[in-house]
Amino acid sequence: MPVKVENLTHVYMKDSVFEHVAIDNISFEIQDGEFIGIIGHTGSGKSTLIQHLNGLLKPSSGKVFIDGEELGSKEVQMKKIRQKVGLVFQYPEQQLFEETVYKDVAFGPRNLGLSEDEVEERVRKAIELVGLDFNSISSVSPFELSGGQKRRVAIAGVLAMEPKVLILDEPAAGLDPRGRDEILRGFKTLHETQKITVLLVSHSMEDIANLVDKVLVMNRGKIAFFDTPRNVFKEADALEKIGLGVPQVTYLVRELRKKGFSVADCINIDEAKNELLKLFKR
Amino acid sequence: MTNMIKTENVRFEYNTQSGSTSLALDDISINIAKGEFVAILGHNGSGKSTLAKHFNALLLPGAGTVYVKGMNTKDEKLLWNIRQTAGMVFQNPDNQIVATIVEEDVAFGPENLGIEPAEIRKRVDGSIKTVDMAEYAKHSPHLLSGGQKQRVAIAGIIAMKPECIILDEPTALLDPIGRREVMNTIIKLNKEEGITIVLITHYMDEAIQADRIYVMKNGKIILEGKPKDIFKEVETVKNAGLDVPQVTELCHRLSREGLKLSPDILTVEEMVVELCRLK
Repeated sequence: MPVKVENLTHVYMKDSVFEHVAIDNISFEIQDGEFIGIIGHTGSGKSTLIQHLNGLLKPSSGKVFIDGEELGSKEVQMKKIRQKVGLVFQYPEQQLFEETVYKDVAFGPRNLGLSEDEVEERVRKAIELVGLDFNSISSVSPFELSGGQKRRVAIAGVLAMEPKVLILDEPAAGLDPRGRDEILRGFKTLHETQKITVLLVSHSMEDIANLVDKVLVMNRGKIAFFDTPRNVFKEADALEKIGLGVPQVTYLVRELRKKGFSVADCINIDEAKNELLKLFKR
Repeated sequence: MTNMIKTENVRFEYNTQSGSTSLALDDISINIAKGEFVAILGHNGSGKSTLAKHFNALLLPGAGTVYVKGMNTKDEKLLWNIRQTAGMVFQNPDNQIVATIVEEDVAFGPENLGIEPAEIRKRVDGSIKTVDMAEYAKHSPHLLSGGQKQRVAIAGIIAMKPECIILDEPTALLDPIGRREVMNTIIKLNKEEGITIVLITHYMDEAIQADRIYVMKNGKIILEGKPKDIFKEVETVKNAGLDVPQVTELCHRLSREGLKLSPDILTVEEMVVELCRLK
């Protein structure tokens, strides 16, 4: 299995007045090829958690395993781990630096010491995976592109490392709705065609409902829920208490039930449409 | 009805690196009345931020005219009056906070206006209270949450007593709680203090709280009206790269299946009432 976390605890600024337990003894496993959503309000521990998964942070106690190898043990090369686990930070476009899109995406693979032919093959594949046209875009300066395009180029740079696990920290933040839909659909396709494991941090319950197999809900450094979106979004009241919510259509169904309608749980517009048509169309 | 912001046939071009120009605003004529809450929606690159920067003379029109409370933004002598009338809040609060203590940060604007210390004290306390940050007046801004920082940035603007505040995607970087806090503050400023609000946003749930909405696409205004009138145009809004609330979309799809539903549903409550009526 690619990702396993055992009794992980992380304390910031231990033994100082600012001591803060960001992650509090959590354990979970993610299977090969799963698409996982991570939700939680600011300060719930999401970012601290994902930084442990490629060894950017070391546990205060507990263990993290990637592909059965324990991070931080002497035999494990962190360079290999970081190739396996690609981490896309918030606003990855701020990390673009090269003169052309090609050179920017090629930076990672070149540092792996690959031949120029292999580098080109990876760059071409990565650019196409994020839905851009290799021929028309590879010689353009990344700084002349639109916000959504820049973001995709930055993500292509991570994909060119061919990670087995891809972690995305709010990849759609700041994009307009069309840009958001395109980029998220891209991840879904990537997940389906390349069979990679994807972890997506998001504030949008609607996006989570549409995309993921399972949701990991963080609250105050602990796991509040780890289940399918359908089961997690049944807990509207509990989610609201921890500063989250459920998709708007899920609220709609709940309100309709209070009025005595018998409708099944819905987490997206298609389901709600079918449910309501059953009720109202004769 | 007095105008707070008025633009007449505004056109604006950016120079690109390759030497060509790109048209960001194409013949924009709008009117925002004093005390109004107006939202401007548009996809990335539609020109909405460029337009907002014209509202306090950060940018000057290439052609056409912009008036802020009757003052022409091209008149350099009026620049400081214009900036004091129309304050601006940007997307990233970290780029707007200058001091190491919340109340000092809020005092920065009025200090620069050369206001009496006693009056500054009064304004700072008042502004911090308005944005519900009194508890944090002596705190360091960098330890606050995103929503709290953004409210401090707003307090810094209110301390200058503007009649109009322009907010350029103020909630884009915030989590749902932070967004709600900032939206509540914006609505309070509009309803209780009578400040004219221009809110630039991607979020439809924020735009529906405005009195009026302008929708931009490729540098042009393509729709203008009350939220209910705008979101009836589900197809046009989607073609502009935008989204409608989930229940509005659901309602639209159910209507296409033959259910007789009102086309201007925006909230869960309205949808519930509408469906109860149908039963």
